[in-house]
Amino acid sequence: MIRQRSFGDLAFAFLNTFGLALLGFITLFPFIHLLAISLNEPLDMIKGGITWLPRKLSWFNYSYVFDNKNLFMAAFVSIARTVVGTFLGVVCTAMIAYALSRREFIFRKPFNFYFVLTLYVNGGLIPGYLLIKNIGLMNNFWVYILPILVSAYNVMIMRSYFEQLPEGVVESAKIDGANDFQTLFRIIIPISMPVIATVTLFIGVQHWNSWFDNYLYTSRSQSLSLMQYELMKVLLQSVNQSAVTAGSSAANDVARLSPQSIRAALTIVVTLPILIVYPFLQKYFVKGITMSAMKE
Amino acid sequence: MAKLVIEQQTATPHPAPANRRTLWRTLYLQRYLLLMTVPFVIWALIFSYGPLWGWIMAFQKYKIGQGIWHSPFVGLDNFKELFKDDDFYPVLRNTLVMAVMNLVTGFVGAIVLALMLNEVKNQFFKRTIQTITYIPHFVSWVVIANIVLTFLSPDGGMVNSLLMKLGIIHEPIYFMAKEGYFWYIQTAANLWKEIGWSTIIYLAVLASLNPEHYEAADIDGATRLQKMRYISLPGIMPTAFLLLIMSLGWLIQGGFESQYLLGNDVVSGRSEVLDLYALRYSTQIGDFSYGVAISIFKSVVSIALVVSVNMLARKTAQTRLF
Repeated sequence: MIRQRSFGDLAFAFLNTFGLALLGFITLFPFIHLLAISLNEPLDMIKGGITWLPRKLSWFNYSYVFDNKNLFMAAFVSIARTVVGTFLGVVCTAMIAYALSRREFIFRKPFNFYFVLTLYVNGGLIPGYLLIKNIGLMNNFWVYILPILVSAYNVMIMRSYFEQLPEGVVESAKIDGANDFQTLFRIIIPISMPVIATVTLFIGVQHWNSWFDNYLYTSRSQSLSLMQYELMKVLLQSVNQSAVTAGSSAANDVARLSPQSIRAALTIVVTLPILIVYPFLQKYFVKGITMSAMKE
Repeated sequence: MAKLVIEQQTATPHPAPANRRTLWRTLYLQRYLLLMTVPFVIWALIFSYGPLWGWIMAFQKYKIGQGIWHSPFVGLDNFKELFKDDDFYPVLRNTLVMAVMNLVTGFVGAIVLALMLNEVKNQFFKRTIQTITYIPHFVSWVVIANIVLTFLSPDGGMVNSLLMKLGIIHEPIYFMAKEGYFWYIQTAANLWKEIGWSTIIYLAVLASLNPEHYEAADIDGATRLQKMRYISLPGIMPTAFLLLIMSLGWLIQGGFESQYLLGNDVVSGRSEVLDLYALRYSTQIGDFSYGVAISIFKSVVSIALVVSVNMLARKTAQTRLF
């Protein structure tokens, strides 16, 4: 096929590529900038002018973060919450999705409606808070896991994946004498890795990024503090300090500026796990999302 | 096998007692499926539907010591108080303005970015940009607020030093302490976070468009901009329209995390949204009934929006949500 490329088309292609590259840059640059600040010696950082690379390389900020007992503990709680919450979340989501994908299940339609409705029903912030208080989950590790154990959205994604598997898979497992649990965990899940990876990523990220439940329900017990919440505390501290003193020009003291380096280091520590895990799961979730969205 | 059993049963009508026996038999046969779902039906009853019970409080003068059972009923007093409160209207305005700004920028941004990505012929470049722009979606608002504050900081923040180098300003601006900037900063941060992620569905739709249209346009000598305007854009419009009307229903339910984390006492006149207002009244002043009244107000507006948007959609495009 002969394709004539006009000047306009070339100019368009150039501008388009340039625009997209610029967007990619705008997306990545903040992370690079924070990494540079966090790796720079804190007193040198105050002089400003750091963009891409640290001027005076130093691990000081990171050793501060990991030497701090509260932060070390918070890292442990965050990891525990994410691992336990994600494992239970994926297993429970898979069970509901499997049952709702079985055409013979007598409560398939009512249960389906019942779970989907939870997406639209929202009691609100304060009723939710009082519920947690009344059932005694305040200052308890399980308040991180139980209220968000399963989301109907993830159930729907997984259900539509299970539904498009060939019916023979389940039938032959049943003929071999497998019950529904065995069928799900030994047959269905191993052949549904794309959707399992998608949902694992969604649930894992949700747990890792949570801070509001920490603020609302467990802020009185330091031993249950999460990384995100610790970062938020540092953030709000510096915001309110500096916003209030914004008027006065004498706000340039070291005591206020060092936290900026620590904040940058903490931000990188909190972001890094996501940046590491995400590329491995990316090829799966685009498929998972697209499929379930197109179906609806 | 279980499926076969059911089909046989429904095919031949049974007398009543036999029917009851087959119901029990079906329940027994499906005991594992029941085991997989019933615990979560109870779970959802507690954690999703349970808070609705608390709505009673909006019609009471709720006292913590007395609980829902013993607190006195006051009718619609909490709602009257809410609509009389001078603080309420700025908060409602903030909620709606930021929701609309986020909706419009997000909607337009996603379509423009999807169209641009669709024009890229180099698959490696396209995938790289996609991978990069999806990242912020997975980053917490705490991290993003930190990034925004670092960049906009008046002491050595990148934005201020850049503006000063270019000679646009002569002394640093304290962006986070200026009320007038807050909505724009929140909108920009939200757009940066979600623009890549929101293209996924559009890109899938674009990939499914019939290539013959593009070939025909090539033969007619259409430019790339024309193909974009007359083939790609109309191709994604039905999906875009559906997504738009769906998000209109969520308009008032917009989040509060970004407003909480980016805001501070100085700009609270522009940053406080309904949920934060409810939280302030409940946890600081201890008036839980008032907080619940705000939640109910939000839900009622939200339901009204969903229903009216759905009716509008039915009239204009014959597409319905339900």
